[in-house]
Amino acid sequence: MDWLILAVLAGFFAVIWFRISGTLNYKWQWDRIPNYILRWDEEDGRWVANLLLQGLITTIRISIYASVLALILGTILGIARCAENLAIRMLARTYLEFLRNIPPVVVIFIFYFFLSEQIVAAFNIEGWARGIAKQEGNGIWEFFFGDMRRFPSMISGVMVLALFESAFVGEIVRAGIQSIPRGQREAARSIGMSWLDEMRFIVLPQAMRKVIPPMSNQFISLVKDSSIISLISVQELTYKTVELVSSTRMIFEAWLTTAALYFILCFGLSLLFRRLERVPQR
Amino acid sequence: MNPGASSIIELTGVSKYFGPFKALDDINLSVMTGERVVVCGPSGSGKSTMIRCINRLEEHDEGRIVVDGIELGEDTQNIRAVRQDVGMVFQQFNLFPHLTVLENLTIGPIRVRKMDKARAEALARQYLDRVHIPEQADKYPAQLSGGQQQRVAIARSLCMEPRIMLFDEPTSALDPEMINEVLDVMVELAGTGMTMVVVTHEMGFARKVADRMVFMEAGRMVEVAPPAKFFSSPDSDRARLFLDQILEH
Repeated sequence: MDWLILAVLAGFFAVIWFRISGTLNYKWQWDRIPNYILRWDEEDGRWVANLLLQGLITTIRISIYASVLALILGTILGIARCAENLAIRMLARTYLEFLRNIPPVVVIFIFYFFLSEQIVAAFNIEGWARGIAKQEGNGIWEFFFGDMRRFPSMISGVMVLALFESAFVGEIVRAGIQSIPRGQREAARSIGMSWLDEMRFIVLPQAMRKVIPPMSNQFISLVKDSSIISLISVQELTYKTVELVSSTRMIFEAWLTTAALYFILCFGLSLLFRRLERVPQR
Repeated sequence: MNPGASSIIELTGVSKYFGPFKALDDINLSVMTGERVVVCGPSGSGKSTMIRCINRLEEHDEGRIVVDGIELGEDTQNIRAVRQDVGMVFQQFNLFPHLTVLENLTIGPIRVRKMDKARAEALARQYLDRVHIPEQADKYPAQLSGGQQQRVAIARSLCMEPRIMLFDEPTSALDPEMINEVLDVMVELAGTGMTMVVVTHEMGFARKVADRMVFMEAGRMVEVAPPAKFFSSPDSDRARLFLDQILEH
């Protein structure tokens, strides 16, 4: 089945290719693309990542951190949506409706200017990151966050993306919590468990197991949605592609390569999640 | 029952509404330490609601409920203290499906009583022995029969070493051939002097262990009598009619 899907896609791209080269008189320069993925550094005498691969790595980093943050925020939000307290429930509901009914691009600008900018400024993250960037031996920092001079923009990107996705994760978690039979919570309470223990040991473990499929979907969406944060100058794959196109004019090659990179990443993830879901469940 | 025993559960003028529907209507009941009370009555008569009020799975709207010297109210600390002393067995077992039998039994002692794991497991195995299924400790609830699941549920409550056990129709969800294995465990438990309040339609069990029978209808306690009198010559016509209906076969 997977191979059939790939074959159909390949056929589709072949047709488009034919149209472009036939009618637009476009000069293809595919041979230059690999150089923008990996570049041979003459001075150091080793391969280094160029624009596209740098972007891809940043996209992966941001997606991982944003997923973790979105999962935490979303879980809190999901619990709040099921709270007995009306005020908490309304607050969570408002947050959710706000995010669900405004286009993502608008949400992301609002979060960026009103929230993450303020946080970055308030905690002087910029100065702190520059300090680390100047130090020798900041290898661990670079491994996790890339170039530390870009750390503030990256952290805003992660926050914005996580806040945006948390609303949807929250809805998934809520559905999971509500699918747990009432008797489970009553049994937990009747042996004297506190609310927190009841959530932690009885409700959430069961709820999370039930929502693995929609949750993996949401994380694949998150990877794709991460392209939106190029608008706030986070140097991830889409941003780097725009940069590449404006400097080389290789419109089709660059965007097709980027599309392929996103595809490989997301399709790989969905294969991985599908395998994980097949692990026997109780 | 010794005459100097004090009451461990005290319900005074308890009423409870579900919207406009009056589920409990001025319930007065006092259960002595070590006493075994069996509650029966037609469905919808408020039996389950009453015993669920005793560990505050339902909140009562009027009256007072005092359990083991603690009055049930808004104070969550009090409620948790009461729940630790009151075991509850549900009609639908409500075992935790993601935990093994042993984990089902130890989670209460470990998380609530802050017992260390080794001691909790020793305790759990002791109670599994008491309900005659020591060999099932490492299975998951879904791998057990209904009767075995209900016995695990009883053991789970006993692991908290409660002073009172509440049973909410413990055999109603079971296949007929499994009812006796659960009732046997309950009879043995009664033999240890545990205070028990049991909602059930198992009249054979009631005759065997009950110190007092409570008959409820439409949220009211219609009759309270010792089992000998209750089964031979109940005072109220409703109780007589009810007994005729369920003892017919």
